[in-house]
Amino acid sequence: MEFLNEIVLLADSTLRIATPLILAGLAGLVAERGGVVDIGLEGKMLAAAFAAAAAAAVTGSPWMGLFAGVGASVALALLHAYVAITQRGNQIVSGMAINIAVAGMAPTLANFWFKKGGQTPLLSGDARFESMTWPFAEELADVPFVGAVYSEIISGHNLITYMAILLVPITAWMLYKTRFGLRLRAVGENPEAVDTAGISVARIRYQAMIIAGILCGLAGTVLSTGLGAGFIRDMSAGKGYLALAAMIFGKWKPVPTLLACLLFGFVDALQGRLQGVELPLIGEIPVQFTIMLPYILTVAILAGFVGKIQAPRASGIPYEKDH
Amino acid sequence: MTKALAIETRDLSKRFGEVRANDRISMQIASGSVHGIVGENGAGKSTLLKMLFGLYTPDDGEILVDGESIKFADPAAAMAKGVGMVHQHFMLVEPFTVLENIILGAEGSRNLDEAKDAARVVLLELEKKFGFNLPLDEPVENLAVGVRQRAEILKALYKGAETLILDEPTAVLTPQECDQLFALVELLKGQGKTVLFVTHKLHEIMAVTDDVTVIRAGKVVATRKTTETSAEELAELMVGAKVVREVAREKHKEHKLRLALKSVSCTNDQKQTALKAISLEVYDGEVLGIAGVAGNGQTELLEVITGLRDVSAGSIEMSDVIVNAHGVSTDPISLRCMGMAHVAEDRLKTGVVESMSARDNIMLGYQREPDFSKHGILKLKDIAAKADEYFESQDVRPRNPSLPIGSFSGGNQQKIVIAREIARNPQLMVIGQPTRGVDIGAVTKIHDQITELRNAGKALLVVSADLDELLAISDRIAVMCEGEVIGVMPVEEADERTLGLMMAGQRLDQTANAGSV
Repeated sequence: MEFLNEIVLLADSTLRIATPLILAGLAGLVAERGGVVDIGLEGKMLAAAFAAAAAAAVTGSPWMGLFAGVGASVALALLHAYVAITQRGNQIVSGMAINIAVAGMAPTLANFWFKKGGQTPLLSGDARFESMTWPFAEELADVPFVGAVYSEIISGHNLITYMAILLVPITAWMLYKTRFGLRLRAVGENPEAVDTAGISVARIRYQAMIIAGILCGLAGTVLSTGLGAGFIRDMSAGKGYLALAAMIFGKWKPVPTLLACLLFGFVDALQGRLQGVELPLIGEIPVQFTIMLPYILTVAILAGFVGKIQAPRASGIPYEKDH
Repeated sequence: MTKALAIETRDLSKRFGEVRANDRISMQIASGSVHGIVGENGAGKSTLLKMLFGLYTPDDGEILVDGESIKFADPAAAMAKGVGMVHQHFMLVEPFTVLENIILGAEGSRNLDEAKDAARVVLLELEKKFGFNLPLDEPVENLAVGVRQRAEILKALYKGAETLILDEPTAVLTPQECDQLFALVELLKGQGKTVLFVTHKLHEIMAVTDDVTVIRAGKVVATRKTTETSAEELAELMVGAKVVREVAREKHKEHKLRLALKSVSCTNDQKQTALKAISLEVYDGEVLGIAGVAGNGQTELLEVITGLRDVSAGSIEMSDVIVNAHGVSTDPISLRCMGMAHVAEDRLKTGVVESMSARDNIMLGYQREPDFSKHGILKLKDIAAKADEYFESQDVRPRNPSLPIGSFSGGNQQKIVIAREIARNPQLMVIGQPTRGVDIGAVTKIHDQITELRNAGKALLVVSADLDELLAISDRIAVMCEGEVIGVMPVEEADERTLGLMMAGQRLDQTANAGSV
């Protein structure tokens, strides 16, 4: 019983931790399937986290926070799109510039507006996306196992976590079952074929970047108004890069990307649980080692276990149109 | 009798900087005819086609489709007027199925499944009409080149093409696939389509076209009825002077075995078998030509010989020394010291460094030699003098070695590379695609140089995709197919038909039988 309970709790925090990864992973997937490398996920997420927390703190409404978070992320996505698509600049440089600029700008603005040492004020309950308790969750909580699964894993998450899960099949449907998806995949593979078919490559790529901006904005918003209660310095903590790694591990496909994000989330949840736990034979694992787990896993996966993978062939290459 | 015109151009001009790529091109293409356009590489054929298909905007002049003056803003506008094009480099998305590639950009419904179902009905109808039988649900990356080309043609027809532009359609095909293409062109014409057939191979023009327009240096130099002209006349018109294709060749006297491959096998980058127990010999004073459709192991063959790839079985001997075998490998520098020179198949990838000056490129691979450096410091003056010397002897234009080598034309780049490689007086020359992307003037010069080296008693191995070239310069020709040597024959016994059958995998005795049927 104790053990089962432990597993349920682990699954619950896996889902929580994986939420921003899933959203950012989908954002990276849409961008790269369209041929634009988006290493600026980290910066967009952080900007969205700040904008969402700031707007929620001022207005007291999480919805205003969501609006501001997504707005900030889309604005940065369009900046990246302008550099990468219209000006045919280097996409890595542009993405890194966004990451570095946001890492400095967000705490500076926070300090300027709120005078709390680079943070936003702590958000109260109704200014956040709070956990949603599903019908009968409390009544069923005591039913062995099934009750625990229902009330802990299925019920009790914030709205954006549910959205993240729903967005996986929606993204897959968009990619594989719609006209836009066909064209999006085509510009990521062979933009010339799309151009000669009479479709604007730039237009499709801009649309992809806007979608990526929205998804990434949701990821940032959930960090500061769903999982956390306000913005703190560097709160994205490499999740943007981790999401990129998950997307590559997931071979640029929605469902495998979801599974990769859940795996990263699980290892992170596990390391949280392992802190201070006495293991038989080994004894207590120093916290420095447990914290390393997700990163070691990333390196191991990307170095060895992924095997041969084919990225979208035109990803990262600016499209030069003849005139 | 005047037939209706499918396409007419009037004084169509396009310039890039100082270069007049197309200079007042006027031509008339009769509806329902097969019209050939011939010209050398760089004569301006591609520019013309791109204007007809809406990829380039003309600077001047006009295009008339069915007698109506049209300005194409983009390919969509051209397709709307019934102009379709099959590009030299196919415009296909490799992981997509044939069906997905065909509907891309003309899906109709936003719902992909509905779009595919609707397209399938129309396509089956079209396939019946034009005798296609394409695997609609197979990813394009799994298909042979000839099948991909048919997919491109079907795509154009699906999008309503009445006039089909085929840009160098035979460049990537085997002779047999070419015959199928010619038959298809006939069929298209029979169904009332107009075909614009663009090539620089004259026998194709003679085989399939009704009319032919010759372009030289951006201008129309002649238009002829195909029945009233000959390949010789067209060649003259194309080049502007009489061409003599025969290369003077002395019979070789020496017979020292210079390079021997004994049952050599190797794998490619994907760990698949690329060479299967290949045995070849190259003697001093001869040119061994290697023929084959691109991708049948020629690249790997060049790599194992030049020390860029290890063999998995067998051995390679140069000047009676084992240089590459299981457990033995010799790096390219040592091979150079032993007297091997290498003109790389993919010039821009392995032959030169595109962004570096021509001057720096002339010493690449030889930078340690005492003429070029001392104690690791480059002798810039000596290098500059050597570059000037090469430019003079090879007639490289423009005469400015400080320009990046990437800004020279393909022919001039190749002349620089060849000058570099023959400067050390090598005993064995390994040459991949000696004249790929090279203009006709330079081709003659390069062929002459190869023959001179041969007459001077050097051993040469030349891989080329151009059968005419191999027939002109080789003493013996080996044909490769799927990593095997199908046969080796003296050039006197070789002709295009036999070589073509061998390139498709038929062994010599079989081709002899096929010949008698």
